[in-house]
Amino acid sequence: MTLLVSAISLVFGVLVGFLGAGAKLSRWRTLRLLADVYTTVIRGIPELIIILLLYFGGTVSLTALAGHYVEVNGFGAGVFALSIVFGAYATEIFRGAVLAIPRGQTEAARALGLRPAAVFWTVVLPQLWRFALPGIGNLWLVLLKDSALISVVGLEELLRKTAITAGATRQPFTFYFAAAMIYLGFTVVSSTVLHWAERRAARGLQSA
Amino acid sequence: MLNVELMWESVPDLLGGLLVTLELTVLSLVLGMVLALPLAAMRTARSPVLWMPAYGYITFFRGTPLLVQIFLIYYGTGQFDWIKETPLWPLLREAYWCAILAFSLNTAAYTAEILRGAIQAVPRGEIEAALALGMSRWLVFRLVSLPRAFRLALPAYGNEIILVIKSSSLASTITLLDITGVARTLVAHTYAPYEIFLVAGALYLVLVLATTRVLAAVERWLAVEAAAAPAPSDLAQPIG
Repeated sequence: MTLLVSAISLVFGVLVGFLGAGAKLSRWRTLRLLADVYTTVIRGIPELIIILLLYFGGTVSLTALAGHYVEVNGFGAGVFALSIVFGAYATEIFRGAVLAIPRGQTEAARALGLRPAAVFWTVVLPQLWRFALPGIGNLWLVLLKDSALISVVGLEELLRKTAITAGATRQPFTFYFAAAMIYLGFTVVSSTVLHWAERRAARGLQSA
Repeated sequence: MLNVELMWESVPDLLGGLLVTLELTVLSLVLGMVLALPLAAMRTARSPVLWMPAYGYITFFRGTPLLVQIFLIYYGTGQFDWIKETPLWPLLREAYWCAILAFSLNTAAYTAEILRGAIQAVPRGEIEAALALGMSRWLVFRLVSLPRAFRLALPAYGNEIILVIKSSSLASTITLLDITGVARTLVAHTYAPYEIFLVAGALYLVLVLATTRVLAAVERWLAVEAAAAPAPSDLAQPIG
């Protein structure tokens, strides 16, 4: 469950990050302003507050809409919250990655007669990956750990299950420590894979 | 739509929570720094007996969720009878000190890693120069590496301060009444989650933005000091 929540939030978060970066780099002032407000507000508020707001707030809204009591499931609220948080940080990373691509390259592509869309697909996007990977990798590690926060709204992911077992067996240390080791396993494996991926993404530059 | 009156009414209570949030943040940062200094020194040491325990500590605290660490300390320590007999038990029984302990241990790991990066970024020539002057390794660490590292570490440490402010909201999960804790209690009474959590979120936002401002000012101040110092070439006057 922990992995599922994290993986889905990663996909949505990356999408939101792309949109956000697009908005921040756009020509329209309103769009830029909106994206600025989004990243500033989300990054300035604790993740827990966002999760609680969406979970309890969502329940109130849906109840009002439906006319009878509806409870938002923790899964939906959790994925939504983690995605918009991930998206806010990813926006900054993608923005930085686009800006890190030498301007001469896009100008050269334009001068060769490529349309803006073609420049984006063949010149910017393939390189974006290399510049964004370290930052996105770190965010993934943060996301894995933040997914534990969803246990607060009752979703039965790793930490919530641990809490239930710890209470039932009266051996809290044993079980919380086991949970910590499982998270540690996830993060260690993730960072090993990321390290490998970063080297692969930069393979053209290593020989220099 | 939103009940603005209720939002205003919640402010005094939430400001009370703000005090607890500030207390948690400041105490954890201070204790965390006290722990981080020896950790960073150990982490950059050459002997495996020194760097390996520091590495293990840092990996554990950075690789597991803070919430798990809080639960491990708050609920976990009660499993062992021998802990209950130590003089520390009256402290470990209190949610407040458990939160402080968890936050301090956690931020110490991140801070140690930031300091390590900064210590290793200190120009090699400065350390060699100090060694050539006959200073001992410890003296070089204390008088050259560390002060230089502090300035280099400031931007990353500023981020860590912001993260500690935000993660202090986790204290609400072990019954503490910080901003988030107060907000959750108010929501339980009024059942107005939007109003209360939005005000709470705004308080955090103001706190974080104010901290960012202060940090930027400190960074500028240190940078000015660095720029005002004579450049190395000016000092290289021929002797005699």
